[in-house]
Amino acid sequence: MSDEIRIKVEGVNFFYGLKHALIDVNMNIYKNMVTAMIGPSGCGKSTFIRLINRMNDLVAHTTLKGKVLLDGKNIFDPDVDVVELRRKVGMVFQKPNPFPKSIFENMCYGLQINGITDQKILYEKTETALRKAALWDEVKDRLSDSALRLSGGQQQRLCIARCLVVEPEVILFDEPCASLDPISTRKIEDLIVELKKDYTILVVTHNMQQAARISSKAAFFLLGELIEFGNTEDIFTNPRDKRTEDYVSGRFG
Amino acid sequence: MIRTRENIYKWIFTVLAFSSLIFLLGIIVVLFVESIPVFRSTGLFKFLFSRNWYPTNEANPEFGILSMLVGSFVVTIGAMLVAIPLGIGSALYIHELAGDKQKMYLKNIVEVLGAVPSIVFGFFGMVIISPFIQQLLKIPTGQCAFTGAVVLGIMAIPTVCSIAEDALSVVPKAFREASFALGANRWQTLWGVVIPAAGSGISTALMLGISRVVGETMTVLMVTGGAAAIPNSIFSPVRPMTSTIAAEMGEAVVGGQHYHALFAIGFVLFVITLVLNLVAEIISRRYRLKLGLDL
Repeated sequence: MSDEIRIKVEGVNFFYGLKHALIDVNMNIYKNMVTAMIGPSGCGKSTFIRLINRMNDLVAHTTLKGKVLLDGKNIFDPDVDVVELRRKVGMVFQKPNPFPKSIFENMCYGLQINGITDQKILYEKTETALRKAALWDEVKDRLSDSALRLSGGQQQRLCIARCLVVEPEVILFDEPCASLDPISTRKIEDLIVELKKDYTILVVTHNMQQAARISSKAAFFLLGELIEFGNTEDIFTNPRDKRTEDYVSGRFG
Repeated sequence: MIRTRENIYKWIFTVLAFSSLIFLLGIIVVLFVESIPVFRSTGLFKFLFSRNWYPTNEANPEFGILSMLVGSFVVTIGAMLVAIPLGIGSALYIHELAGDKQKMYLKNIVEVLGAVPSIVFGFFGMVIISPFIQQLLKIPTGQCAFTGAVVLGIMAIPTVCSIAEDALSVVPKAFREASFALGANRWQTLWGVVIPAAGSGISTALMLGISRVVGETMTVLMVTGGAAAIPNSIFSPVRPMTSTIAAEMGEAVVGGQHYHALFAIGFVLFVITLVLNLVAEIISRRYRLKLGLDL
């Protein structure tokens, strides 16, 4: 485990119209670690990770103050190419969202928009990414089937593979198991732990056991504020803030 | 007492619900029965593929609708060439580029265009577009297939645009987000994800646009010139099927061969629009399945 800081969040305030959704957030995200964002609904944790690949750009009437530095470079600087950023910072969403295309086409999409058309390369990269996402054995014989015919858990692993295929460095998971059954959840969790060797990972989760199982660092958000950030173990066993303690011990949330 | 009343209501609404079906069946039966005599005397093949339409020749009347089929076909194709780019283009603009406010105004404007009575379009085509085209291209008459196609194409824009826009807007937001998150830009997302996902919905829009054009009567009667001959260019006058019925029904002797021939044209038209609607329905059903939506 390294202590190299990959992403540095400095004095971030974020507004949806007049609503102050993130209040003066400062945080470091370390390389090759899983950092979990926990907190009750509407606390700003999803908003927070959507800043890191600038997904919030797509939402109208929002304002941002502060900086998010990825490898020392503020991603909100005017000279930053959002497309480039999103290739570096991949994202997996709450609900599996494969495209209504075949499994293979889903995998190729991210490569094709980067101008890769060579079938052999497409196929090789697809295989590598599907193997990494532990889905290859289940789908290798039916790559041309519609992705929507897969089960929910398989779809989510396909979405992870689709994200991996463009070779990102950071992966954002926005409640990746929220719509999955326990067995599929387990598979995704194992996968996330496996992936941290090669990637820097942020996971938003409602499920505190999940945060405890997979993350090394955890951040507790409440009403837009980052209340506490530290090693997951400390957050769960020895929180400094009363509100964190109340939340992790299930007194509210 | 209450139960009897409920039963009565139930029956009333059942009858109302099935009334469309009853009307439809009635129309099909009448069209078909009234068409039989001409199919029998002329033969279906000759009826469809002979270009000789001499319904009032007393000694030897002939009923071949090929020139009308061609007329309808040419005008429809031309109209779609106008309606597809404009209709789909405006749907894409409304969906993708317009802001909320603009979107609201544009959608309403398109719908108002759809509410303009066809006679008004016909009038507009007859007194403005047709003379304009005549002068511009220096052709003998502005009442030709081209004018018909332009006017009908404009008429079909609302149908094409609003159905295509609906199709685009039911594409789940999650697909767009997934595409953006992979580093796609707006156009890549539109072409690579949104349009394919809405593709069948968009083709439904085209089918229904076509069926609107094929069935249109008043406008074609007013702007296409009405020559029952196979056009040798898109600037020749043509007479689509609908305007033949409208123009000749008044003078055909009830119960005569001519009268039956006009019914038969109606029957052919009905079959064409029925097929188009069925195709549209099948495509849209498939598309909802593909998106994983309920039917």
